[in-house]
Amino acid sequence: MANSEYVLELKGITKIFPGVKALDDVYFKLKPGEIHALMGENGAGKSTFIKVITGVHSPEEGEMYLNGRKVEFRHPTDAQKAGIAAIYQHVTCYPDLSVTENIFMGHEKIQRGTRRIRWSEMHEEAGSLLKELGASFSPKTLMGALSVAEQQIVEIAKALSVDAKIIIMDEPTAALTKNESEELYRIAERLRDNGASIIFISHRFEDMYRLASKVTVFRDSRYIGTWNVDEISNSDLIIAMVGREISQLFPKKEADIGEELLRLEGLGKTGYFADVSFSLRRGEILGLTGLVGAGRTEVCQTLFGVERFDKGKVFFKGKELKVRSPRDAMEQGIGYLPEDRQKQGLVLQWGIGRNITLPTLSKFANKGMVNSRKELDVAKRLAEKVSVKAKSVFDLASSLSGGNQQKVVFAKLLTAELDVLILDEPTKGVDVGAKSAIYEMISDLACAGYGIILVSSEMPEIIGMCDRVAVMREGRVTAMLDRKGLTQEAILEASMDDTAPNTDGKRWAGA
Amino acid sequence: MKQTATESAGLQGAQVGPKTQQRSISAMIAKFRELGLLAFILLLSVGVQLRNPSFLTWENISDIATNTAILSILAVGMMLVIITRGIDLSIGATLALSGMTAALTVSHYPELHPLLAVAVGVGIGLVCGMVLGFLVAWVNILPIIATLGMMNVFRGLTFETSGGKWVSAHQMPASFKAIATGSVFGINNLILIAILIYIVAYYFVSHTRTGRRIYAVGSNPDSAEISGIRTGRILWLVYTIMGGLSGLAGVLWVSKFASAQGDTASGYELSVIAACVLGGVSIAGGVGKISGIVLGSVLLGILNNALPMINVSPFWQMFIQGTIILIAVLVNALVKRGIDRNHLMRRKI
Repeated sequence: MANSEYVLELKGITKIFPGVKALDDVYFKLKPGEIHALMGENGAGKSTFIKVITGVHSPEEGEMYLNGRKVEFRHPTDAQKAGIAAIYQHVTCYPDLSVTENIFMGHEKIQRGTRRIRWSEMHEEAGSLLKELGASFSPKTLMGALSVAEQQIVEIAKALSVDAKIIIMDEPTAALTKNESEELYRIAERLRDNGASIIFISHRFEDMYRLASKVTVFRDSRYIGTWNVDEISNSDLIIAMVGREISQLFPKKEADIGEELLRLEGLGKTGYFADVSFSLRRGEILGLTGLVGAGRTEVCQTLFGVERFDKGKVFFKGKELKVRSPRDAMEQGIGYLPEDRQKQGLVLQWGIGRNITLPTLSKFANKGMVNSRKELDVAKRLAEKVSVKAKSVFDLASSLSGGNQQKVVFAKLLTAELDVLILDEPTKGVDVGAKSAIYEMISDLACAGYGIILVSSEMPEIIGMCDRVAVMREGRVTAMLDRKGLTQEAILEASMDDTAPNTDGKRWAGA
Repeated sequence: MKQTATESAGLQGAQVGPKTQQRSISAMIAKFRELGLLAFILLLSVGVQLRNPSFLTWENISDIATNTAILSILAVGMMLVIITRGIDLSIGATLALSGMTAALTVSHYPELHPLLAVAVGVGIGLVCGMVLGFLVAWVNILPIIATLGMMNVFRGLTFETSGGKWVSAHQMPASFKAIATGSVFGINNLILIAILIYIVAYYFVSHTRTGRRIYAVGSNPDSAEISGIRTGRILWLVYTIMGGLSGLAGVLWVSKFASAQGDTASGYELSVIAACVLGGVSIAGGVGKISGIVLGSVLLGILNNALPMINVSPFWQMFIQGTIILIAVLVNALVKRGIDRNHLMRRKI
């Protein structure tokens, strides 16, 4: 491979993390002066791929060519020296340092001999870089005082300061308004015209159509294909991204849908979500989906009183609901199964039984003394009910598999008398067998009259289990789908709507 | 605060660029913090002066400066450690160990040049710091645990080397005692050494690459790693510097009080941490200024000196010091919350 038609070429890259294949035989080609979009669902492996290119992770298998020459990056500095710069999804800045320092971190200008930092020169160069990018804040500003859009510009200035030939942008527009995105497009085009190649990761179709000439799609850690942007239609692209068939059978039983339990009206929390409205009935499973960071977890945590909302109202069984704390929420009848069971769901060093009875310990207590026999009975009964596989209820929670741990967390919810269960990614990191057991449990709970909010990123799960689905995008509900219109394509379309936010998000709300 | 926040949110989306308000908010807070502390120190001094006219005399001010010198030297090292999100509880013990070793050395070799005695102390301190730095940076022990453990190790070693006995004034040669009590141009050596260290430290943290990288590691460790900064080496370095300064402080301490004891400076690390916190060094890392810790140390020094002068009982002295530290932390927290909220307001949904 001596010709250099491509500035960057990756062949058969495989990256394995303990227990998961994050990238599986992935290919990628980048031409000089090209803006190449990289698309895929959550967890498709895009971010890992970027980290392979930038030398943060080294792949187990595969080869990487730069201008036709084979390279191997062992450290991020290797990639930097080779002219590769990345602008990460979550801006990786130093909030406490000045803009200049953020731009030059890792390649400061040093006076030869005295090794003194040449501040005035750095400030000057930073200033001219920022000017070139059309920004007008001073390079001496503290990074933390800038808006996300401005921080993005600093990150781009950083890439320019190392004279990067390949610039990777990982969801740069995710947190930007339409005007700011437009500014970013212009900057990206200017960089391209000056000869840089750009890899652009985004969930917005608009970004892709506006900027990219090629698009590569990853799905489930695998390479799916590369197309010219003008040759592939929106729907074909979605099919490429979703692609899979739903092979698993979901044990969903028809439950009687009863009276309304919960109704949200225009719920909002500054900086996290806005205008969220939906309702939940007894016996219903309501899916809440969207891309990571769309605000799903934040909505649930406000309902459960972990966080507070500052706009809108929540009605619970017809009365306005005010929850001050999780304990308060549980007393009123709302339970929450947290996303991270190891951190928020369980006390790993405790036995199964004590974990199960923890939320309702006061039920077994008389004047502060815990009646351990009564506690044990309840724990045993519930552990059997959710069929935890363990020798006894005294086994430590840490000794259980992911699926069994999750069952214990479910059992915790069942100790209290609840009406609404909020399940945040209940099958995350759980093997297939335990998954179907958990699905069955969810279905049984719905039949038993609970109203269930199921938060999930897994589309088969959402489609297989839910009666209705609310799709969120960037803090707003963009679509309300019922069983008839429930397809992977419809969900993906709503969660990646091809317009920037703030323009017509409201059109969808409550539709 | 709240109003400015809404204003900047309102600006959002107009265009990426001129937002002078935002810059001035953070700049204002940063300036306000140091100026506020300075104003508080001046107010306090004037208040004490009104009650006791001998407070603002040349002798007393010189006294305060001499007594604050060691604290302020240690505060430099502690600031660096805290900036990297760490803490060092072992410095009191390191100080005692190196002070004791230096004192024992000079008591056996009275002819030894005082600079060599200083070198012995600094050397011991550096070794202590290197060990700690190794534990924190490469064995990945939490700083609070590693330094708590080593604190006891160093303290134990101090008793072991001295056999539990004191080295007292008559065992020390005059040249050794002169390290801390001597003066150049009428200014006490301790003050001169502290000033020298502050000049070097200022140059180090604001004009050298390594110095700035200490801030980078504390401000965002993950990002520092991705930028290719060897975070382990930076961590190791700050604990080593802290150790070296503790060693120096140990010699100065023993020379000043003309006595080396097993329990020298026990608990002193807390005063040093307090000086840093008062000076605006954030325990969350990434933030801390040389000018801040000067003011923090001076404030503690003035409190130690002034409260007895206006006949505040020793019990109330501790109470007052504690209260002032808490207020400083509270102000820091409020400012930080305001900034965070400001950032959230700017995110548009």
